[in-house]
This record gives sequence, C-alpha cells and structure tokens, in this order.
Amino acid sequence: MNTHAIRAIYRFEMARTFRTLTQSIASPVLSTSLYFVVFGAAIGSRIGAIDGVSYGAFIIPGLVMLSLLSESISNGSFGIYMPKFTGTIYELLSAPVSYREVIFGYVGAAASKSVMLGFLILLTARVFVHYEIAHPFWMLAFLALTSVTFSLFGFIIGIWADGFEKLQIVPLMIVTPLTFLGGSFYSISMLPPLWQKIALLNPVVYLISGFRWSFYGVSDVSVTLSIGMTAAFMLACVLAIRWVFKTGYRLKT
Amino acid sequence: MTPVISIRGLTKTYASGFQALKNVNLEIHRGEIFALLGPNGAGKTTLIGVTCGLVNPSLGTVEAAGHDVVRDFRAARTKIGLVPQEISTDAFETVWATVNFSRGMFGKPRDAAYIEKVLRDLSLWDKRNAKIMTLSGGMKRRVMIAKALSHEPEILFLDEPSAGVDVELRHDMWQMVRKLRESGVTIILTTHYIEEAEEMADRIGIINHGEIVLVEEKTALMAKLGKKQLTLNLQAPLERIPDALSDYALELSADGGALTYTFDAQGEQTGIGAMLRRLNEHGIDFKSLQSSESSLEDIFVSLVKKKS
Ligand SMILES: Nc1ncnc2c1ncn2[C@@H]1O[C@H](COP(=O)(O)OP(=O)(O)OP(=O)(O)O)[C@@H](O)[C@H]1O
Ligand SMILES: [Mg+2]
Repeated sequence: MNTHAIRAIYRFEMARTFRTLTQSIASPVLSTSLYFVVFGAAIGSRIGAIDGVSYGAFIIPGLVMLSLLSESISNGSFGIYMPKFTGTIYELLSAPVSYREVIFGYVGAAASKSVMLGFLILLTARVFVHYEIAHPFWMLAFLALTSVTFSLFGFIIGIWADGFEKLQIVPLMIVTPLTFLGGSFYSISMLPPLWQKIALLNPVVYLISGFRWSFYGVSDVSVTLSIGMTAAFMLACVLAIRWVFKTGYRLKT
Repeated sequence: MTPVISIRGLTKTYASGFQALKNVNLEIHRGEIFALLGPNGAGKTTLIGVTCGLVNPSLGTVEAAGHDVVRDFRAARTKIGLVPQEISTDAFETVWATVNFSRGMFGKPRDAAYIEKVLRDLSLWDKRNAKIMTLSGGMKRRVMIAKALSHEPEILFLDEPSAGVDVELRHDMWQMVRKLRESGVTIILTTHYIEEAEEMADRIGIINHGEIVLVEEKTALMAKLGKKQLTLNLQAPLERIPDALSDYALELSADGGALTYTFDAQGEQTGIGAMLRRLNEHGIDFKSLQSSESSLEDIFVSLVKKKS
C-alpha cells in the first residue's frame, strides 16, 4: 500500500477543512444550537420525559446524528467531486493508488472531520442541557462507525454526481427526511403500530437508536442489530468504491 | 535495445462508439525524445491517456518500463510523470504544497532539497508560497510540469507543453527537456508546432485518425524528404526554358515569370553558382530570388493529406 499517498491525500483534505473552517464547523454548531434553543429549552420544557429521559437530553443523540450524517455525506462527496469538477483528478488516476489509498485518504479525512464535529456538538449541547453517557466506549464506536460509513456513502455520491444538483439531491431528498423520520426527535415506540413497522425499514432508525442507547441505556431496536446494519452498509460502500476504482466508472473514459 | 514503452495492438473505442485509436503499435526507446505529431482529434491525448491510466483501453496492451499499465499499474505508474494538455490545478493551494502533494501521491518520501531544485529549474522558486490562482497561465503550466517531475519519473509525457506559452518560456522549456533527457529521462511530447518537433525530437511519430502513419528518426526523415528549392523571379517572362539549360532541374511557372530550381540540400555540390552563370550567359536576368526548404511541415501536411 502507498502510505505516502494516503498521508498526502489526508493532509490535503484536512487543509481544505481548515481553510473553510466557518463553513465546515461553525455552521453545523450554530444550527445545532438553534435546535436546542427551540426544542430543548422553549418547547422541551412543555414535553414530558421520554423513557425517563428529559426531552432536551433525549434529542441530543438524534441531533448529533442529524449533523453527522449530513456532514459526513457532504465532506465525503465534495472531496472527490471537486477534483472531478476542476480536472485535477487526472493526478489521482495516474498515480500508483487504488481504492484502498483513496478510502484511507479521502474517506479517512472526511470521517475525522465528522468525528470532530460530533464532539463539538456534544460540547455545545452541554451548554444547554445536562446529560450523561452510559456507555462511553459504545458512544465513540457509534460516532466513528457512522462517520466512516456515511463518508463512504458520500464519496460514492461524489463519484456518481455529474453536476452540483445531483450532489445535493441525495442528502436533501433522502437522508434528511430519513433522519427526521428516524426518531431524532421522538421514540419510535410513540408511533402508531403500523408506522412502527414501516419505520423499521428506515436504516437511520438503527443508527439513532443505537447511539441513544449508548447515552441513556434505552433503545428502540436491539443494539446488536444497530451495529450489524451499520457494518453491513459500510461493507457495501467499500465494495462499491472498490468496483469503481477497478472499472473506472464515472472516472475514466 | 528494450523499449521503455511498448504499445501493442492498442484500440480505443469510446462509449459513443467512436474509435479514437485503431490497432496502434509503437515502441519508445529508453532515453529518447519522441515527438508525436498529428492534427486535432488524431488520438494523441487518448494514446497518452491509456498509457497513464486515464483512459481504459478497449483492446491491446501497453507496457511501461516493463510493467503492464493495467495489470501492474502500481509499478508502471511510479515510473511515469504526466503533464496533461489541459491546465488543472488546485487554485487555493500554494505551489510548494501542491508539488509536495504530487510527490507523496506517487509514493515517494518528502525531499525538500529535490523539490527546491525542480522549482528553481522551472523558475518557480520565487513563487513557492504563492497560491496557484495568483499565477499566470504560463506559470501554471510550469507548476504542472513541476508536479509531474516531483517523483523523479523515468518517463515524462508532455501533452502539448508549449500551448499558451511565450517564445522565451518555450525555449526555456526545450532547454529543460534536453537537460532531462541528458539525465536519462525518456520524453514523449505531443505538439502542433512542427518546429518544436524539428528542434527537439530524436524520433518523430505521426498519428492521424487514430492510426500511426509514420515513425522515423528525425534526421533520417529530414534527409529523405529534405529538398531545397531556389525560385528566381525574372525581369522578362520566358516562353520556354532554353535548351542550353535543359541539364538543370528547372521548372518554369505557368506565366513564365519565375524559374524554380530544385536541389538536394544535403549534397556537396548544389550547382547553384554554375547555373546562375549559365543564366547570365543567356541574358536571363532576374529581379529577386528566394530559397525554401521542404520542412517537416510539408512532410506532415502531405502525409496527413494523403490519408484523408
Ligand atoms: N470521452 C470521449 N468520448 C468520446 N469521444 C472522445 C472522447 N475523448 C476524445 N474523443 C474523441 O477521440 C478523438 C481523439 O481525441 P484526442 O483528444 O485523443 O485527440 P488529440 O490528438 O489529442 O487532439 P488535439 O490535438 O486536439 O489535442 C477525437 O475525435 C475526440 O473527439
Ligand atoms: Mg490532445
């Protein structure tokens, strides 16, 4: 494996992050704070505790996931879309690298950024509500697993997209609705029975449920299932990227 | 001598169904400067693209430094540097950062001294901390060259290196290419400037409609096809060439106003002096004269015309 290439890509991507610090970090923190002001402080005080957890604290894992998913996808997709757009991808294609270097470099950087963001949001939340983390190790594991998986997913979108609209459409039209409906702001058990069944088709439900379990020890679905689903999705993304770099799909002519 | 690049039976059919390369066979010798000439759309960039990994071949194989560029792409690509036809750079990066990035991408550990040398050779050292977007077009092209040289490649592809480059820089670039060749690097360049090929290349290949129509040593090519002509514009038009001059290869223009003498530029005796004296003896006076040499350009044009 070409470790120099991994380091070069990783550094390059992280430098890009720090160049656009406001956009990459400040804006998600700001929007999360707004959620807390509205849902946590203003409305939350009128909503009763769910599963014995105050509403303000209950929504923290869901909010972190909300930002994590959209930021991971956008970081992952931009990293590869921009070189494609500007033409600098010629260098990646002519370099002695394969999907492995690309994943470690681009996806590694995108996921690192997401993990940092997750921590930042948790710190921000601390300003508004008090919460505890029941299983810190699993909390970290979910944070990392989700960041990596959705950065991979974003990377695939970045390869597939041949215009800025396509780059936006999947996060906007699919991921955001799935996250909102995936129990960011409520427990699946609060839904009518039929909708509970339908909700289980939503992959984000497993992420949020597992993540919330790591905080408060309560979950909508089994934790093993949560991890299993995420890992399976991650593997599928890795295989897809491997295929892309073997065949040159959307990269080579 | 084993070739440093060998292309066998290479065919490229694009998704559109267009065949950009048709059964191309080509060998590039180690350490030479090879100029690939051809009109727009001939397939030069496609050929380079397949060799460097930007284009999937449809049929055939390419080996670089003994490694198949598809099966053994890591080993092959480590040896190759590419300066593409289009300038594309990371606008927000500095020159220094982007050239070091390239070196890393090609699997080499950092080497500040070497990168400094490359930047100095390309007169970019003063600009090392400048963001690329603040550079002029010619400077950006030099940045692309620096990136391609950053990992000390054995083979360098220059796809139209002198497009959009001023005369002075072009000469600097020729100088640099010669220096690289001296250090053992094989250089393959494409160009539309025939003088560039004439000036630089050891061998010349001409490609047209996806087919290699000719590969020759430059000197052999020039000698074989290099003819000189002397044209005399006469004071008074002639009706026909006087018999006394029939032993010279003279041609009279249609209006009888000009005589053209063709001779071998490489020959010891051109016979020009004797012929001019003979003209004088016969009272044929001329207003002006000009000489021309059939250049690579004529050869190129005639080859490409013949084909299409
Ligand atoms: N991605 C593509 N899809 C379809 N056809 C293509 C593609 N890329 C190139 N071609 C066609 O293949 C032919 C060869 O193109 P190529 O870029 O190799 O030419 P070239 O010799 O480099 O020309 P130029 O001197 O203009 O750079 C052209 O007819 C071009 O239109
Ligand atoms: Mg071209």
